[in-house]
Amino acid sequence: MEQKRETLLEIHGLSVSFRMYDHGLEQTDLQVISDLYLTVYPGEIVAVAGSSGSGKSLLASAVLGLLPDNATVCGHLYYRGQELTPGRQKQLRGTQIALVPQSVTYLDPLMKVGAQADGHRRPLPTARRKGFFKRLGLPDQTEQLYPFQLSGGMARRVLVSTALLTGAGLVIADEPTPGMSLEQALEALRMFREMADQKKAVILITHDIDLAFEFADRVAVFYAGTTVETAPAWDFKQGPGRLRHPYSQALWRALPQNGFEPVEGFQPYAGDLPEGCLFSPRCPRKTEQCIRAVPPVRQIRGGEVRCFYGA
Amino acid sequence: MDRKEVIIRLPRILVTYGFRNLTLLLAISILTFVLVMASPVDPVGQYILGLGTAVSPEQRIEIEEYWGVNEPPVERYIHWMTELSRGNLGESVLYRRPVAAIIRERFFNSLALMICAWILSGGAGFFFGCIMGMYREQLPDRFLKKLCYLLSSVPTFWLGLVFLLVFSVWLKWFPVGFSSPIGVLKDNVTIWERLHHLVLPAFTLSFMSFANIALHTRQKLVDVLNSDYVLFARARGEGKWTILWRHGLRNILFPALTLQFSSFAELFGGSVMAENVFSYPGLGSAAAAAGLNSDVPLLLGVTLFSALFVAVGNMLANLLYGIVDPQI
Repeated sequence: MEQKRETLLEIHGLSVSFRMYDHGLEQTDLQVISDLYLTVYPGEIVAVAGSSGSGKSLLASAVLGLLPDNATVCGHLYYRGQELTPGRQKQLRGTQIALVPQSVTYLDPLMKVGAQADGHRRPLPTARRKGFFKRLGLPDQTEQLYPFQLSGGMARRVLVSTALLTGAGLVIADEPTPGMSLEQALEALRMFREMADQKKAVILITHDIDLAFEFADRVAVFYAGTTVETAPAWDFKQGPGRLRHPYSQALWRALPQNGFEPVEGFQPYAGDLPEGCLFSPRCPRKTEQCIRAVPPVRQIRGGEVRCFYGA
Repeated sequence: MDRKEVIIRLPRILVTYGFRNLTLLLAISILTFVLVMASPVDPVGQYILGLGTAVSPEQRIEIEEYWGVNEPPVERYIHWMTELSRGNLGESVLYRRPVAAIIRERFFNSLALMICAWILSGGAGFFFGCIMGMYREQLPDRFLKKLCYLLSSVPTFWLGLVFLLVFSVWLKWFPVGFSSPIGVLKDNVTIWERLHHLVLPAFTLSFMSFANIALHTRQKLVDVLNSDYVLFARARGEGKWTILWRHGLRNILFPALTLQFSSFAELFGGSVMAENVFSYPGLGSAAAAAGLNSDVPLLLGVTLFSALFVAVGNMLANLLYGIVDPQI
């Protein structure tokens, strides 16, 4: 038996729902993440892939404890073996767990970029920050600019450097590369790789699946707020035969270079989730069992899959 | 870099604003002129009344002749404008003194009152707005919000009367009216006595815009605290008060400043009420007296002057905005 490896982040059975007012005073709970699992080991980059609305970005907020007040969270989160309580999350934010947010709107519009990247902690890491800016190809005068003067790619490079500056053990990067040139994106990912090599880890939330397969160690596929499969990135390069879940296989086939083949139907809306397996309405291999019960997570060939028939 | 640009562009901006304000004043002068013409006020009658002697019909015609009452309106307007451009605002029928002198004297009284009220309402409004925003939907916010709604629905003059009753009549902390003690020569009035007389009217006046500013500041701060960049600041480990200091104040200051400067107009309107309640000899009470006694020259003078005052206030707000906000 393989000895249990020390984990950096463990997510078990995470569910997040939002309380919403439906008609007048009638409240409904909108389940946006259901029974999600994810394990991140020190030294790796885990890519999280999935279509919009699959709960990728909410995952970051849940780990950092930054969900809005009307959210209810169930399940267990552990950072380096310790349970993440709200108090612990507060301690770890910006020191041990850092976020690379999606867009320029996450920068204060009235604060110069340099001061903003330096952050509020003393002593200011100005010299190191200048180094990161240089490495990511940001011109010297960038620090004197306001966010509205940045292009999307520049803003994302600034955001990436804010996270790297913290020296955090875990970086959750939400779509860090769009708008960057290929070299810049590769440089950013190399910086993540260097970080991971120091026994740290990166969760790379991304739409850019090719880049994710290339740079990540493992890929987690999200669908309708749950993890349907986690697999070594290498499996995704091999093709659908190596993949365990019908959705991952469909995702692979939908890529332009693999046939561009769409699947019928669409991802269910959070307020209208099906019983049983969340993918069952679109699944070519569904049976009675899939409609009745949620499949358990099974370990297959070094990956995990949430399907009765995955192999 | 940006600031230098603004300074270079400043003369042009000033000329533009100056031209705009000039046309605005011209339009207002025409409007007031037409309104006074259309009103049932009889300036000659009021003038004669002010003389205090009986006047025969022949003399009255002579007076009308002298004042040019029967000339066509356009000629009268041009006549008024030429005199105005020489700085002659005419003579007040009520006070028997040049309107310009009255406005000058009264304006400084009003200015003291308005500046006190302006700073008070701005400062307190901003402060309590921040408190409400930081504790949104919690006890301090709920209490202060109700207080603000109450204050903004209470008329100024009524609040002034309540203050008079409580602080002047019952507690005897403050004088009942005027800007200086009665029976003391103007030169012997100390600055403290003046301030003492200023407190209640200033408070009353500041309460008028306080609620407005506090509620606006609150809403703006709530918007800022719900923004993506505050979420990111929290993700980076910034605490509640650090966020207020680093991002909150920075982002609500500009809207608060605009609001503060645009409250000039409101303040001026409110000062008419407050000055009348406290018998405070300012521009507002002069306007009210002029209106009630059909003192046309004084009324026109005060109208034009207050328009100028409000226009300058708005211009200052725009300029300040341009200098402080990098995006404009």
